[in-house]
Amino acid sequence: MENQRPAPETTERRVRRETSPGAGRRQFFRRRKICKFCEQKIGVIDYKDLKLIGEFVSERGKILPRRLTGTCSRHQHLLTVAIKRARNIALLPFASEL
Amino acid sequence: MAKYELMVIVRPDMAEEETGKLVTQMESITAATGGKVEKVERMGRRRLAYRVHKQREGIYVRLDFEGDGATVHELERRLKVMDSVLKFMTIRVDDMIQRAAKFKARLARQETRKPKPKSAAAGPPELEGESPTQEAQPRSE
Repeated sequence: MENQRPAPETTERRVRRETSPGAGRRQFFRRRKICKFCEQKIGVIDYKDLKLIGEFVSERGKILPRRLTGTCSRHQHLLTVAIKRARNIALLPFASEL
Repeated sequence: MAKYELMVIVRPDMAEEETGKLVTQMESITAATGGKVEKVERMGRRRLAYRVHKQREGIYVRLDFEGDGATVHELERRLKVMDSVLKFMTIRVDDMIQRAAKFKARLARQETRKPKPKSAAAGPPELEGESPTQEAQPRSE
């Protein structure tokens, strides 16, 4: 829950610390983001797997956008459904107070 | 017949044998409507992410079953009436599993097509990725 983005993958190019991936400063490398689910070949995103899903939810309980997490469109869709299901059954909050 | 997963949250003050009674009741309903319960998992007492009927905690019970729409309909109708049930959700899982299999097959095909650069880079993560996939599959069968 603390980290907004998934931990940097080992296979990626090293980035200068000053830029966060969303910062959009062109003169620096942007880290190439890889879809975590594709990498691990996950076909079913289970709504009960809070450890996994929790990585893609902000502190506020919002679903993190693809541009921050690097998730591919297929998996973002599956993830969205899983998160919404988890919310429905009170495993995740609709909105968490800070 | 399709495969479903039914998650039920009951009040936290419900006794163990009472949840057992609820489960057997659910099982008989499924059987009566031509379905079959495959697995019952008690996930135990958990803190709810938000309050439901003034409760902050709940006991989670999951039922994996096979059945038709009639089974789901009847189960949900009965659950809706029970006061001890805070919330429930039924999910169809077989189509999800099917789509996942298709996706995996496609990935496999892609890898055989261009094995050289990919296999070197994707070597270690592949092994790591093995465990979640295996975890996902037993549920499907």
